[in-house]
Amino acid sequence: MNTIVPAAVNVEALKDTTLLNMGIFALFVAVTMVIVFRASRNNKTAADYYAAGRSFTGSQNGTAIAGDYLSAASFLGITGAIAINGYDGFLYSIGFLVAWLVALLLVAELLRNTGKFTMADVLSFRLRQRPVRIAAALSTLAVCFFYLLAQMAGAGSLISLLLGISDWGGQALVIIVVGALMIMYVLIGGMKGTTWVQIIKAILLIAGAGVMTAMVLAIYGFNLSSLLGSAAEAANNPAILNPGLQYGKTETSKLDFMSLGLALVLGTAALPHVLMRFYTVPTAKEARKSVVWAIWLIGLFYLFTLVLGYGAAALVGAETIKSAPGGVNSAAPLLAFHLGGPLLLGFISAVAFATILAVVAGLTITAAASFAHDIYANVIAKGKADATTEVKVARRTVLVIGVLAILGGIFANGQNVAFLVALAFAVAASANLPTIVYSLFWRKFTTQGAVWSMYGGLLAAILLITFSPVVSGAKTSMIPGANFALFPLSNPGIVSIPLAFFLGWLGTVLDKRREDPAKQAEMEVRSLTGVGAEKAVDH
Amino acid sequence: MGNEAQPQDATASVDFQEVQQTERFKTLRKRHRSFVFPMAVVFLLWYFAYVLLADYAVGFMSIKVWGNINVGLILGLLQFVTTFGITAWYVSYSNRKLDPIAAEIRNEIEGHEFDKDGNVISGAAK
Repeated sequence: MNTIVPAAVNVEALKDTTLLNMGIFALFVAVTMVIVFRASRNNKTAADYYAAGRSFTGSQNGTAIAGDYLSAASFLGITGAIAINGYDGFLYSIGFLVAWLVALLLVAELLRNTGKFTMADVLSFRLRQRPVRIAAALSTLAVCFFYLLAQMAGAGSLISLLLGISDWGGQALVIIVVGALMIMYVLIGGMKGTTWVQIIKAILLIAGAGVMTAMVLAIYGFNLSSLLGSAAEAANNPAILNPGLQYGKTETSKLDFMSLGLALVLGTAALPHVLMRFYTVPTAKEARKSVVWAIWLIGLFYLFTLVLGYGAAALVGAETIKSAPGGVNSAAPLLAFHLGGPLLLGFISAVAFATILAVVAGLTITAAASFAHDIYANVIAKGKADATTEVKVARRTVLVIGVLAILGGIFANGQNVAFLVALAFAVAASANLPTIVYSLFWRKFTTQGAVWSMYGGLLAAILLITFSPVVSGAKTSMIPGANFALFPLSNPGIVSIPLAFFLGWLGTVLDKRREDPAKQAEMEVRSLTGVGAEKAVDH
Repeated sequence: MGNEAQPQDATASVDFQEVQQTERFKTLRKRHRSFVFPMAVVFLLWYFAYVLLADYAVGFMSIKVWGNINVGLILGLLQFVTTFGITAWYVSYSNRKLDPIAAEIRNEIEGHEFDKDGNVISGAAK
C-alpha cells in the first residue's frame, strides 16, 4: 500500500480555505466584468448582440466553444467518475470528444453559411417558416432549460464543497449571486461578453488541469503504468482499470450505456448553444477552424481528466472522496488540495465556479436569442419587428430566464437532477439532429417531415425519461416513493433518436405538399459555397 | 442598423437552380459528400465497435499489454488519435479540394450573376 495516501488530505482543513476560494473567484469576476464592459461598447445591432458582430477569429471561437462545452459536470464529474469507477468514467469522456467530428464534418460550416443567429434559421430556410421555427424554438428552449437547471442545481452541491456553506439559506444566497452575475454578463455583454468569459474560463480550466496533470505524472516519474498500478492498489481492486465497474452490472445497464453513447455522439453537434457559437465568426472557414481548435482543446482536456481521475484514486483514495461533502464531485478539488495546498484548491474552486457561470451565460443567451429571434420577431411580429425591438425583447428574455434559473436552482438544489444533462443531449440528438441532417442533405425533405421529426423526438425523449427509473421506481430516483417506471433505461436515445429519423422520413414521404425546388437549390449552393452568407459587422 | 435593415443580400436575383446544375457545383458537392459521408460512417462504426467491446468484451479489454496498460486503454487512446487524425485530414482535404472551387463559384456568382434565363451576365450590367 502507498502509505502517503489518506493522511495527506484532511477534509476539515478544506473549510479554512473558503476565504481564499472566494477571493480568487472575486478576482475572476472583477477581471471578466471589466472585459465585458469594454466589449459591450460596440453592442448596437442584433448581429452584435447575438453573434458578437461575427468578429471572433476561429481560434478565439474554438477556445470559447471549449469553454462553453467543458461544464463543471465534465471537469468534476468525469474526474470523480474515473476516481471511483475507473475506466467507465473515461469511456464517458470519449463519447464527448468523438461527437465533435459530427459537428466538424456535417454541421458547422454548412450551418454558418446558411443561417443568421439561431438553429431555426437553418431549419426553416427552405421549409415553411412558422411551423418549423416554432418547433425548433421549442426544442431549443427545452434543451437550454434542462441544461440550465442541471447546472444551477449542481452549483448548490459545489458550493457546499468549495465554500463550506452547508445550510440551505447560504447555498440559496450563493445561487442568487451566481445567477445575478450571469444576468449582468449576458445583459451588458451580449454574445461578445459571454464569449470572453468563456475564453478566459477555458484557458484557466485547461491550464489548471494541465498543471495538476503534470504534478500527478511527476509523482510517478511520468510513467502512466505505475500511476495506474498505484490507483488499482489504493482502490484495492484491479478491476478499476477495466471497463464494466459502472455500466457492466446488468444487461440493462449495458444497454443503457449504448443508449447514452448514441445520445452523446449525435447530440453534441445539435446542442443549440454550441450551434449558435458558429455564427460568431466571419466565414465558414473560420467556423471550421473553430471546431478544429475545440477538438484539440477538448481532447487534451479529457486526456488530462484520465490522469487526474486515476491520480485522485491513487493519491486521495475512493473512501475519502466518497465521504467528503460533494461526494464524487469532490475528487478534483481534493486532489488539488493534496498536490498544491490551499492555493491550488482555491484556484481550482474558482475555476469550477467560473465554469458554471460561463456555461449558464452561454445557455441563457441562446435561449433568449431563440425566443426573441424565432418566436417574437418571426412568428409573433411576422418578420416586421425592427432589430432594436428584437434586441430589447432578447434582453428582457435574459432577465426572465435568469430569474427562472435562480428559482429552479434553489428549488432543485439537493435534488437528484444529474439526469437532466443526459436528457438535454437526448433531446438535442432526437429533436434537432435528424432535421438538421435531412434539411442539409436530403433534397426531398418537407415541412411535415421536419415537424413530425422534431415534435416526435422531443416528446419521445421527455416521455421516456418521465417513465424511466431516473424519475421513479428506484432508490436513486427523483421520486423514490412512487413507481411508474415503465421504460427500463435511464437514457432514451436508443429509442427516441431512430424514431425521430424515422418520423422525419415518414412525414416527408406522406407529405402531399412539395417544397420549393428553388429554395432547395439556394440552400444547397449557399451551404457549400458561402454565397451571400452573413458577413462580419465592421465598426 | 444591422444587416436586417439591408435588402436580403446582393444575391437575391441569382438563379440558384442554374448554379446547382453547373458541372463545377456538382463536382464540389460530390467532393464534399464523398469525403464527409464515408468518414462519418467510419468514425461512428469505430466508436460503436469500441463501446460494444467495452460493454460486452470486458475480458478482452482487460488483457494487459504493457505494465498496467490494457487493451481497453489503448483502444480508448486510439479513439483520441483517430479523432485528431480525421480532423487534420478533413482540414487538409478542404483546403486542397473544397475551398478553391467554392471560392471560384462564390466569386462568379457575386461578380457576374446568373440571371433567371440562365445567361451569364456581367456584374457591371446589374
